[in-house]
Amino acid sequence: MARPRKRKEIFALGNEAVVEGALLAGCSFYGGYPITPSSEIMEIMAARLPLIKDGVFIQLEDEIASMGAIIGASLAGRKVLTATSGPGFSLMQENLGYAIMAETPMVLVNVMRGGPSTGLPTSPAQGDVQQARWGTHGDHPIIVLSASNVQECLDMTITAFNMAEKYRTPVILLLDEVTAHTREKIAIPNQGEFEVFSRTVPSMPPEWYKPYEETVRGVPPMPPLGSGYRFHVTGLTHDRNGFPTQRPEEIVELMERIHRKIDQFFYDIQLVDTIDTADADVVVIAYGSVARSAELAVRQARENGVRAGLLKLKTLFPYPRRQTEKVLAHARTLVVPEMNMGQMSREVKRVNMGRASVRTINRIDGQIVTPSEILKVIMQG
Amino acid sequence: MSEITGNEIIHQYLRHNKKFPHVLCAGCGHGIVLGTLIRSIHTLGIPKDDVVIVAGIGCSGRLAVYVDFNTVHTTHGRALTFATGIKMASPRLNVICIMGDGDALSIGGNHLIHAARRNIGVTALILNNNIYGMTGGQSSPATPEGATTMTNPYGQLDASFDTVALARGAGANYVARGTVFHVKRLEGIMEEAISRPGFSVVEAITPCHTQYGRKNRYKTPVDMYKWLKKAAVPIERFEEMTEEQRRDRLPIGVFVAEDRPGFEERYLALQAQMRAKGGK
Ligand SMILES: Cc1ncc(C[n+]2csc(CCOP(=O)(O)OP(=O)(O)O)c2C)c(N)n1
Ligand code: SF4
Repeated sequence: MARPRKRKEIFALGNEAVVEGALLAGCSFYGGYPITPSSEIMEIMAARLPLIKDGVFIQLEDEIASMGAIIGASLAGRKVLTATSGPGFSLMQENLGYAIMAETPMVLVNVMRGGPSTGLPTSPAQGDVQQARWGTHGDHPIIVLSASNVQECLDMTITAFNMAEKYRTPVILLLDEVTAHTREKIAIPNQGEFEVFSRTVPSMPPEWYKPYEETVRGVPPMPPLGSGYRFHVTGLTHDRNGFPTQRPEEIVELMERIHRKIDQFFYDIQLVDTIDTADADVVVIAYGSVARSAELAVRQARENGVRAGLLKLKTLFPYPRRQTEKVLAHARTLVVPEMNMGQMSREVKRVNMGRASVRTINRIDGQIVTPSEILKVIMQG
Repeated sequence: MSEITGNEIIHQYLRHNKKFPHVLCAGCGHGIVLGTLIRSIHTLGIPKDDVVIVAGIGCSGRLAVYVDFNTVHTTHGRALTFATGIKMASPRLNVICIMGDGDALSIGGNHLIHAARRNIGVTALILNNNIYGMTGGQSSPATPEGATTMTNPYGQLDASFDTVALARGAGANYVARGTVFHVKRLEGIMEEAISRPGFSVVEAITPCHTQYGRKNRYKTPVDMYKWLKKAAVPIERFEEMTEEQRRDRLPIGVFVAEDRPGFEERYLALQAQMRAKGGK
């Protein structure tokens, strides 16, 4: 019997781990524009992709072009990635909406920096949480993931690609500067040790194919451009054939389907880690590097006799409602520390509906949230 | 209703499952440009599956809906960026971008410059009607100085962009201009543009009587086509004209015709070299 291959261990930056994860997931196309603190993702891709069969790296003239290029490449059948930070993310929003409407898989990494505007280029912040949710115009579903350490950067990037392909949608991975620029030892999983999902391609004859047809999962199959399935792709509201429509019933059908295909799979999509939440009176809800501070604070609180727990959000949107409901069954207090003025605590309060008391810790000065800050609030009950 | 016989080339390329009528005004030049594009693809014998039409937003952008190729209707001004991604992902495909003058020169101006600089193997077809047609006749970067539009009721102050000079300056491989009055010549230009490697820019002058003509002394489509007939002169003749004769004249023909390899070709060559050196 073959011995299981040992996992290769490397010492990597969060941004580097994103690249490893993307390549493991089958990413073969990167289009981007540099911006701190995300640039390493682009630089490493520039070195790696030309060495890989069919690997394409292209530096575009701006973030708008980056999004256009990766959407085009995705329509041509590739697994695609771009990475950016705050101001670049803002520029990407119009085409992000296009990718949602045209159901184009892609992964967009935003290493957040302080804002608004050019803000704090090299300081940690979590200021784009609501931009990730609502940055593009119109009503739309979105999948937003996060990572709190370097290993998770790799793992969540693979997850992001899988979800993008599975649900035919853009997936945003929101990192903060601390996570992106921390160097840690990580294990690279061997092929076969993790799931790699690729979009479903149609198997019916081209004449039968309807590009935006209703299916059981709500996700229509997607052929690459040039493979014999000729159809129309548009950002306009379209019918099942992909042609623009203004008929109320067709508009509603499309909008409901693109929402449903994501909302109904919350068990697959809404990922959290829990530490000591089963009996916790006080539950900290955190994400990104702040979740690491929170983990230490929760352990220290337990040592001090307080029944504290941590709900670490790995999926930010759709907001993990079920998992929050679970801790709300007994928690008296929810503590939400974050590096912004309260962008995720809004979601927590929305789900909480006044049941527990919600305490927020907000840092907006480009500094990290420390374990002792969180501990202090936990100890206040 | 006239009978559709299916003998016309266009009938082999229109989408029969698309609900007609189309969105264009009667007399609009855009349909003529689409006709020349289809006939040139037909003449070149390129299979439908190998053609991707990428279009921007505007009346011109809507052309992609009606033709039976792989068609991608993108965001305003961004068609070339999508096209760049498609071409890099699948270099074997013939990628043709249909853009309006507002689309290509205003909001998409930066992408046009960089597509030319990169010399990406895409054909850019710019339908210049001197105006923003779809949004109701506001001025575009191609609106002539002094002309009247909805957003400069007292006359356009800005100078008008010269698409040919811009594309040539930025490094396009092939640059040509034609008009919808000179259909045969436009068709020839289109064939050459599609066949060349690298980035090709074809500017097609196409009248919009609805939004531009009616405010600028050309009330009917016929007035506009008469203007095209009079204004356009082949570049060879234009060059021999005096400064005085050149006024209000529009040189048409081929301005740049080179055969430099496209970005995708250069990338693939570099990749082969790097992989031979020890890549995976
Ligand atoms: C980002 C953005 N800005 C503005 C618009 C509105 N818009 C739609 S078409 C158009 C201009 C169309 O003019 P042109 O590109 O010259 O094409 P034409 O309609 O004349 O063929 C504009 C400004 C838009 N759709 N998107
Ligand atoms: S508004 Fe002008 S460009 Fe648009 S369809 Fe009518 S004539 Fe053509």
